[in-house]
Amino acid sequence: MKERKDDYQQRRKHLEGMSDAELKKYFFELSEKVVDPLVEMGKNYTSKSIERSVLLRMGFSSIEAKSIVDLLGENDLLRKGAGHCVYKLSNIKNVSIRDAGMLISDGKGIDELKEVFS
Amino acid sequence: MDKLKPNEKLDIRNILSDLENYRPEQRGWTWRDKGEVKVGPFDFKQASPSLKNYVPLQSAAFLGGIDPQPDSVVTAEIASGRFEDDIRRMRMAAYHGADHIMVIRTAGQSHFDGLLEGTPQGVGGIPITRKQIRAQRKALDLIEEEVGRKINYHSYVSGVAGPEIAVLFTEEGVNGAHQDPQYNVLYRNINMVRSFVDAAESKKVMAYANIAQIDGAHNANATARDAWKVMPEILVQHSINSVFSEKVGIKPENIALSTVPPAAPPSPDLKLNLPYAIALREFFDKYKMRAQMNTKYMDSSTREATVTHVLNLLISRLTSADIQSTITPDEGRNVPWHIFNVEALDTTKQAMMGMDDLLGMVGIKDSGYVQDKKREIQERSVLMLEEILELGGYYEAVEAGMFVDSGEYPERNGDGIKRGIDGGIGAGAIIKRDEDYMAPVTAHFGYNNIAQYDDKLASDPQKLIGGTTFENPDMIQYIDELDESDNVYLRLDETEKYRNTNIIKPEVEWLGDGVVTVDLFFPTSKKIAVEAAIKTGENMNLTDVEAIHSEILHPTEGTRVQIKGRVNFDIDINTLELPEEIETISEDEIFEYVKKNPLHVIAGTGGEDEHSVGIREVLDIKHGGIEKYGINYTYLGTSVPIEKFIDAAIEMDADAVMLSTIISHDNTHYKNMQKLHDYAVEKGVRDKLVLVAGGTQVTPEIARKNNMDQGFGRGTKGLHVASFIVEKHKERNNK
Repeated sequence: MKERKDDYQQRRKHLEGMSDAELKKYFFELSEKVVDPLVEMGKNYTSKSIERSVLLRMGFSSIEAKSIVDLLGENDLLRKGAGHCVYKLSNIKNVSIRDAGMLISDGKGIDELKEVFS
Repeated sequence: MDKLKPNEKLDIRNILSDLENYRPEQRGWTWRDKGEVKVGPFDFKQASPSLKNYVPLQSAAFLGGIDPQPDSVVTAEIASGRFEDDIRRMRMAAYHGADHIMVIRTAGQSHFDGLLEGTPQGVGGIPITRKQIRAQRKALDLIEEEVGRKINYHSYVSGVAGPEIAVLFTEEGVNGAHQDPQYNVLYRNINMVRSFVDAAESKKVMAYANIAQIDGAHNANATARDAWKVMPEILVQHSINSVFSEKVGIKPENIALSTVPPAAPPSPDLKLNLPYAIALREFFDKYKMRAQMNTKYMDSSTREATVTHVLNLLISRLTSADIQSTITPDEGRNVPWHIFNVEALDTTKQAMMGMDDLLGMVGIKDSGYVQDKKREIQERSVLMLEEILELGGYYEAVEAGMFVDSGEYPERNGDGIKRGIDGGIGAGAIIKRDEDYMAPVTAHFGYNNIAQYDDKLASDPQKLIGGTTFENPDMIQYIDELDESDNVYLRLDETEKYRNTNIIKPEVEWLGDGVVTVDLFFPTSKKIAVEAAIKTGENMNLTDVEAIHSEILHPTEGTRVQIKGRVNFDIDINTLELPEEIETISEDEIFEYVKKNPLHVIAGTGGEDEHSVGIREVLDIKHGGIEKYGINYTYLGTSVPIEKFIDAAIEMDADAVMLSTIISHDNTHYKNMQKLHDYAVEKGVRDKLVLVAGGTQVTPEIARKNNMDQGFGRGTKGLHVASFIVEKHKERNNK
């Protein structure tokens, strides 16, 4: 930011009349306004790390999760959810969740997923 | 696994065996059971129950060995680069009062896109992996049983793999974690949008596992040029992370603010730090306070660091600390050593219990400087939030370089940290979720269209696939080692000769590291003294000699230098002659016996011996001598003829004689002992009198060989002698 002298005394005028409790309430109102858009983004976006963390929970190792997520990412499928892709493929192929994930990490089933999600 | 026993070493190989099947004993954070506790004769207000096994402060030897524990959870940060050696240190730390063990990550892990596996050696910390966590958690499960208190295990959910680490921590029973996306953004240059999106998932997982969260706001203190000027901004940083965490689902009682008193002497410490500490606690009263110690102004003096840290503890006692962190006093000069972790814990325990109930006796003024300054800090932080919103929000404010500016807000010096919305590591890596996006797992944050498959499962998505690792730990895929050339087994093999054998070596952090320190003074300038000190170390046959500390006593008259270096020999403990341990009985038992059986002792230094300091310490009440227990004594003085001891004993109807003697070349001291015995026999009183000899060179064996009932060497206290006389007297009277 541009250099600026301490203008606290001018800026604070509207705060002067507030009690300590009012000041605190105002502080948290402002904080919520800053934070709300950040929380909204968290709800509607995902990342490779989030998708790998989903696969870990589904019983894949860190190495397996990385290769599955990388392949799904290359094929623009992460917007569906990596766990979703594994679940979908296990339904299509009628195999277990674990086997479906291992298929994807071997590069198999990607075309079926692309088709079903098109 | 077998329980740990205080007299047995912890077996690292045992910890490592069958790790693939180990499951942590519990999830989630544990606070101390705090309240009023009576320990020995004292009533403590801000305390928690004493431990089952512990090492008390040295001065507890005069107070019945008590070890009162504070109400705050107490942290030790332990990460030397070798997690296997850290496990031993964790056990030592637990004995000194730590119940929160924090593990620092190896340099660079925050930029690693994924989880690390195996047990490679770290730099300035340790690589956090499943195997390493599981081994340490398993060891801590045993250690907490040994000390009788739950131990919280803690590391970092940050960097570009936060969500995966949060899952790993949940699976492996980690109880606390640092999580603050602002830390990624400001200090690790990780893309800010990615950081907040990932943080939401990480926090959701942590909330599920009841993991306590510590934020990263205090790093602004350590980074800013004048640490005390960023106080308003730190309130803003705390707020952004805390409010964000709460909105994602973490309970306020699991949100801890990492707060450091930003200033240190020679600045007016309390004047700067106290209003700030109050401002913070007033605004954030629904969250927890993790009080950290100041590192910003630390250099190589461990004494100076300790004083600053005690002042930090005063702030904690004048305000509050739910978690009291400890900084080792050597952190300014090296990755912390064993002994300094323990020193920091002892400093904390000593100061906190010494200041027990401080606010029950003194108060903080409710008007004037401290309140005005507090309000000013709060107002400045409110003004900063206003400007963040005016600029368009958090991302825009970071882009504008609003954070970690050296000016006290609203003053700006134009030197803040600037990060672009599209910049940094992992930029452009976030993906918008489609309408049919789905993740069939527990603790997933945000939009999750489970209903497309089964609308009844929206609140419990894992049921769609029949469970996740959170419900069923047997689903976890355990990886042992990935690197054949860098793992714990190779390191253990290298140091095997020091493990459970008769060979030992000096150590500061790693088994067999051989590092020693030497404390020197030279009557010269610093420049010359430092080089002279290194030369001294080399002449002592140390290798890798380095000066680790110097302080000027006078620019020309003298300089103190501490050096470290390695010794290149081992010690075989079978070659050591170990001093015989004199058994003691409890002080109460002695008091009780002497009350019922008054004892009188004749004492003095025998023959041609003018050294009376030692025996006076064993006699005088002032030094904890036998007089303290009600034992009456007659001191005959120095260079007393041997016969006189026995004649005086007969005359005064005494029960015991204490002969103090120094070593002499012609074995006079042996002869004097024998003479004392012979003369007592001659006078017919040997059976009635307890005869003991003492002196710096006296050993129990020598004394007994010369017909004394017992001998007492270096380090003897009144308690040893009193215990022996009482026991011997008892034995004779029972005959």
